[in-house]
Amino acid sequence: MKADPRGVLTGAHFIDGDHACGEGAIAAGCRFVAGYPITPSTEVVERIAARFPHCGGVFIQMEDEIASSIAILGAVWAGAKAMTVTSGPGFSLMMEHIGLACMTETPVVFVDVQRGGPSTGLPTLPAQADMMQARWGSHGDYEIIALCPNSPQECFDLTIHAFNLSEQYRVPVMIMMDECVGHMTERVVIPPADEIEIYPRRFTDKKPGEYLPYLPDKDLVPSMVKAGDGYRIHVTGLTHDERGYPVMNADCQEKCVHRLVDKIRKNADKIVKYEEQDTDDCEVVVVSYGITSRVALRAIQKAKDKGIKVGNFRLITAWPFPEKRIKELAGKVKAFVMPEINYGQMFFELERVVGGKASVYLVPHGGGTVHNPEVIYQQILEAVK
Amino acid sequence: MSDRNIVEQYLRMDRIPHIWCPGCGLGTTVNCFVRALSECNIPLDNICIVSGIGCTGRVAGYLKLDSFHTTHGRAIPFATGLKLANPKLKVVVYSGDGDLIAIGGNHFIHAARRNMDIAVICVNNFTYGMTGGQVGPTTPVDAVATTSPYGNYEEPFNLPYLADCAGAVYVARWTTYHVRQLTRAMQEVLQKKGFSFLEIISPCPTLYGRRNRLGDGLEMMEYYKQNSEIRNGENTKNVDIKFKGPIICGKFVDRERPTFLEMMNEKLSAKIPNYKPYTGLV
Repeated sequence: MKADPRGVLTGAHFIDGDHACGEGAIAAGCRFVAGYPITPSTEVVERIAARFPHCGGVFIQMEDEIASSIAILGAVWAGAKAMTVTSGPGFSLMMEHIGLACMTETPVVFVDVQRGGPSTGLPTLPAQADMMQARWGSHGDYEIIALCPNSPQECFDLTIHAFNLSEQYRVPVMIMMDECVGHMTERVVIPPADEIEIYPRRFTDKKPGEYLPYLPDKDLVPSMVKAGDGYRIHVTGLTHDERGYPVMNADCQEKCVHRLVDKIRKNADKIVKYEEQDTDDCEVVVVSYGITSRVALRAIQKAKDKGIKVGNFRLITAWPFPEKRIKELAGKVKAFVMPEINYGQMFFELERVVGGKASVYLVPHGGGTVHNPEVIYQQILEAVK
Repeated sequence: MSDRNIVEQYLRMDRIPHIWCPGCGLGTTVNCFVRALSECNIPLDNICIVSGIGCTGRVAGYLKLDSFHTTHGRAIPFATGLKLANPKLKVVVYSGDGDLIAIGGNHFIHAARRNMDIAVICVNNFTYGMTGGQVGPTTPVDAVATTSPYGNYEEPFNLPYLADCAGAVYVARWTTYHVRQLTRAMQEVLQKKGFSFLEIISPCPTLYGRRNRLGDGLEMMEYYKQNSEIRNGENTKNVDIKFKGPIICGKFVDRERPTFLEMMNEKLSAKIPNYKPYTGLV
């Protein structure tokens, strides 16, 4: 299915990552956004509030992030494509509804423009320290998808991709931006609507009475209905059977939760996205994502100029983590160097996956600005010793 | 004559028996609600029930309607999303006092302020039943609860006054003794446009009544019969409930105010040339 042309501002624009994310959502068919202002994400909802009246959407500024994060689920069950947008402190408040979205298999998008934390931290300055929160922040066992754009263009492209993945797997998808990418202004090309691929909602073709809300298809994802269509569905955050009815026992828990995890794990090869250069014949691979992937390029270039064989690996999906490819590389290279704006989050996942087959070096940063490329360069030198 | 109860067609009979205790008032409220549904002329496929968490939160699971059992305190913002994405739906929030007024209190006042077009039915049993009878924001001063073992020393909310002040267009209170008035009030909130609020005083003999020596379910109903005063149109300021005091019932507020979507369409039409008034996404 192609994008609805009414929402697509085809052409070349000079906009920041936040605005590009808003345009990506509109192009993807999102017509319901609930949000609460928080720096450095506010420009996304400002863009939406200005644009929605022109393309048939509803924006509502809710009383807090808790309300925003569940209003979008309500809108989805009425048939909308919906999104909320926030930064760290607001993301913390939204965790419960990431869990509800996972449990009820509600296709929905959460945007987190990361800033320095913990707590109020550095409201106007960058960090990449919510990466584990995105994966594990809600209680219980579940899987989500998280994407990491590194430019305004990618904020547009990956927001569309996030909606498509959320519809395909009926899972909340997180767009893990950072303050730099959110506030960086660059050229963003929005293609014609007929060049934008949209994954439509998986509405059932079964009739009321024949339809089981949580009976999965072959790819482990069930088809969906919306309120008002006569199916008289029951949707609950309690552990439920295929009818959607609460069943409080270990057998049902196993069936229900195992599938929620498996539908992402078993489809991970299809979901995982990354970018790599010069990894075939290198000694060291620099692994990074978001704004840090652009800072790392300078360090990589400097090392290459010194004759060191350095590969570049950029995570586009942080979750699921590109486990298979990293394992392959781990058998070939001497070391991995991972700069990120935290004291080790995705690094721990890298370390786990590498499993001792190569050395792994974290280049941490507390946040507030980006790495000095020299620090990454020095770590590359250390790694090849 | 059929031996089936007429309410059965509105219930998920494959989920019965329900989990509620003997003497609990929730079954009575559901009975009144389905009778109101049967007379309100709204196609049942267009009605959505949204509940939070707690004993009343389980209502959504028993009604054979599109029904959503959400998170603790968040039924109202979920209902807000449902309603805004498809304004043709009649969205009813059916939840308890702890859910709607303690953890969900902020959403309650803001939905009333915006005049979100939803009906909110609050079953008030003065306690947290499902977790074992803790003190809540509606527990009267001096009432004993597991977390106020020496008697409550916090002033409770007067719910009709709260709803009225926050902007609700319809405010009423009945007890589970007043089944006819309650059924009529439920019909009214189903028909009313805008944020409508119905408080139902309901017995929790297991966890509130027993601990406060108020007797079993029947005795608590007897108490409602003896101590309720019907005062339609009463100023909501005067309807607070004291421990073992009278319960003022009636319809207190019934007024008109533009809803969130009416305001949105009016204001955007005035500012944006060729604005197409929003009528829903689906």
